[in-house]
Amino acid sequence: MKQFIQDLAEKNHYQATHLLQILRAIQSRYYYVPEDAIEQLAGLLQIPRTQIISVVEFYSFFHLTPRGQYELLISDSITDHMLGKIDLTGYLAKQLNVAVGAVRDDGLVSLDNTSCTGMCDQGPAGLINGYPLTLLDRTRIDLITELINQQKPLAEWPVELFHVDDNIYKPDLLLQQQIDDGSALRTAFKRGMQETLAEIDKSGLRGRGGAGYNTAWKWHLCYEGPEEDAFCEVATHNQQQRYVVCNADEGEPGTFKDRVLLNSYAHQVFEGMTLCAAIIGAQQGFLYLRGEYLHLYDKLQSVLDQRRQAGLLGNNILNEGLNFDIEICLGAGAYICGEESALIESLEGKMGIPRNRPPYPVTQGYLGKPTVVNNVETFMAAASIAVNGGGWFAGVGTEKSKGTKILSICGDCARPGIYEYPFGTSIQSVLNDCGASDVLGIQIGGPSGTFISNQEFDRKLAFEDLATGGSFIVFNNSRNILDIVNNFTHFFAHESCGFCTPCRVGTALLKKQLDKIIEGYGSAGDVVALEELCQLIKKHSHCGLGQTAANPVLTTLERYPELYQSKLKKISYEPGFDLDGALETARRMANRNDAGAHLTQVEEES
Amino acid sequence: MSNTITIDGNTVPFEDGQTIMEAATAAGVYIPHLCHHPEFTPHGSCKLCTVNVNGRNCSACTFPAMEGQNVLNNTRELTDDRRKITQMLFVEGNHLCPGCEKTGNCQLQAVAYHLNMLDNHFPHFYPSRELDASHAEVMIDHNRCIFCTLCVRASQQKDGKDVFAISGRGLNKHLIINSQSGLLKDTDLEATDEAAHICPTGAILIKRTGYQVPIGERIYDHKQIDQVSLETEHPRHGE
Repeated sequence: MKQFIQDLAEKNHYQATHLLQILRAIQSRYYYVPEDAIEQLAGLLQIPRTQIISVVEFYSFFHLTPRGQYELLISDSITDHMLGKIDLTGYLAKQLNVAVGAVRDDGLVSLDNTSCTGMCDQGPAGLINGYPLTLLDRTRIDLITELINQQKPLAEWPVELFHVDDNIYKPDLLLQQQIDDGSALRTAFKRGMQETLAEIDKSGLRGRGGAGYNTAWKWHLCYEGPEEDAFCEVATHNQQQRYVVCNADEGEPGTFKDRVLLNSYAHQVFEGMTLCAAIIGAQQGFLYLRGEYLHLYDKLQSVLDQRRQAGLLGNNILNEGLNFDIEICLGAGAYICGEESALIESLEGKMGIPRNRPPYPVTQGYLGKPTVVNNVETFMAAASIAVNGGGWFAGVGTEKSKGTKILSICGDCARPGIYEYPFGTSIQSVLNDCGASDVLGIQIGGPSGTFISNQEFDRKLAFEDLATGGSFIVFNNSRNILDIVNNFTHFFAHESCGFCTPCRVGTALLKKQLDKIIEGYGSAGDVVALEELCQLIKKHSHCGLGQTAANPVLTTLERYPELYQSKLKKISYEPGFDLDGALETARRMANRNDAGAHLTQVEEES
Repeated sequence: MSNTITIDGNTVPFEDGQTIMEAATAAGVYIPHLCHHPEFTPHGSCKLCTVNVNGRNCSACTFPAMEGQNVLNNTRELTDDRRKITQMLFVEGNHLCPGCEKTGNCQLQAVAYHLNMLDNHFPHFYPSRELDASHAEVMIDHNRCIFCTLCVRASQQKDGKDVFAISGRGLNKHLIINSQSGLLKDTDLEATDEAAHICPTGAILIKRTGYQVPIGERIYDHKQIDQVSLETEHPRHGE
């Protein structure tokens, strides 16, 4: 092991910023991060061992105790549940003879749940040693069980098990007209960089991750840099290190459009990043790819190689004197890293904890330098705009939301997949296209977004009405709203980074309070307490995760208050747990089970 | 030209680069806090110091004071919310004041009194946490840790060591010790280190000093935390 770690550190130039990449390699080789590896690594990278331990304990894909040689994770997205995930996981556990959350005695296989893996259009899905398994059913599970028990290396498994479809059903502006490689850069060099930024400004492009910050303005601010640089000479100004980061940490349950864009439109995404670098003056870019998309890594590396060979990346790009390259960094299972400042922390080899702002990443981002962080789709759109002009893009959409939005549609519909719509499109027409009928409601923007009921389908996709980073989950009338809310609420409690009190404790309390009501132990006042807790978390949390973690409860409580009330008992006080059940240990110890050893719960009012 | 903000309607001067907390403290305005300490880089995690700045909630300890800010601090709504955040900290760990040596000297307890917290409101988590009494002079009771990171920062920034860190995610957050065994005895921590004394709760205690100051004669037995805080954290304190 000593040699392996030594080589690994050397390969990563002993840079602590590469800690996640190093730990990924160790985890993959030894099925955990051994204590000796931590000690050795602390010395080689010259960082305290506590930094390594904290990173290992922060990210879901790292472990301090061994996982199985085959590590199976089943996606816990609501859509996987709707496709029978619970039943399938039970079957899998039985076939493999391993409990969920455990490692089999022989160490060969472990089984656990994981947050949404971005395969909601082809679930139930999972991961095996980081690679996606799609369309899981009993036949596939039988096959997987057999392959594991035979100890067949993954490379010899049938490829169809890992097959991932794009499922593009409705291309529009961006997906229909892919640009030629290099055309955005060539046009921009010809037109001039400031003029190209003006085109992006004219296009009205806003960030596609969901928050909708004006892209041209973000790039402009990054170019300007911190206030103290504003008055320095141009030459010094140009020496300032800047970074371009593409946020491909697509963790919002129900979103998978970036997976498709990176699979089939990667050139254009990288071109958008290079364009940004040319405009703001950056030499280094990063694609932060969520760990769940490991299957795209090699393909993306070869796209980068092709671009280097074509003179579109590297030194002296297109002979215009631009030097810029892109590195791919894989995440390791943490939804919070989709938050831009947490993502930057993660890129620096740390726990993904959102920073205090100000300062914002545009002035102090990666390693404290001005950094643009944009969504995959934003860079792709910027490249198209550079070729086709701002007017081409601004001609579509609404006044405040220009252009189109790429949706990942999943849940109860005939054709789950990728759909691109001009902003301003009504929800009803989206539902017609994807083949959804008998609809109860839709979760727009994922758990952190909004639940809308079937009375609201005339509402529109737009930042000023229903904003979404791309997640669009359809529920039909057979679904139970409280099950949905429960899944989302547990998700946030699991993904809270734990930095601030309101989110760390609040999301855990919210989970408890909701469980109490759903399990029938709620009484008068419990729904009020639930709402109060939601408001507290929303108002006081440090970042967007906490500020939106209560949205599933709040948006459904607003629309279906009677649903929550109907779960409450009609008495004024109800213990928050099963009183009689809690006495079970005492009964066993006393060896009694007569009527006198049982308590009736507080008497129901007649 | 002097820079000013208003806090609850009162004009408060500030210097460029000051946070709202620093400006407030200098002006004798108390903003409740636990993870903030004027000597160390602000952290902004406990969220007790949340103030409303022109309609938006911000952490006073990290947010820069800027001209034109209208800050709300001592309002009924913020006090109610701060009380609930304090209650969250109480139910998250195992804080049993009557049996804790820190009682009367504890900032968590004192803030709770200040905010008129009369019960824990939320259900307890009763986590199972360890005690590390391995060190000859200093002990850690993890039951009382509120993850303020003051010991982490004091060790790094004042003692020039790196004894503590916070690890884990979400509710599984915990304080870890920088030694191969994970025990305090194998670190270079000394009882005279700032990190051994900075804990606002009873999580880090100096051994063999217990009850030397009797209950009834402790810091917060006769003074509220706002008064103590302003006396000790004022920029001209000690001059």
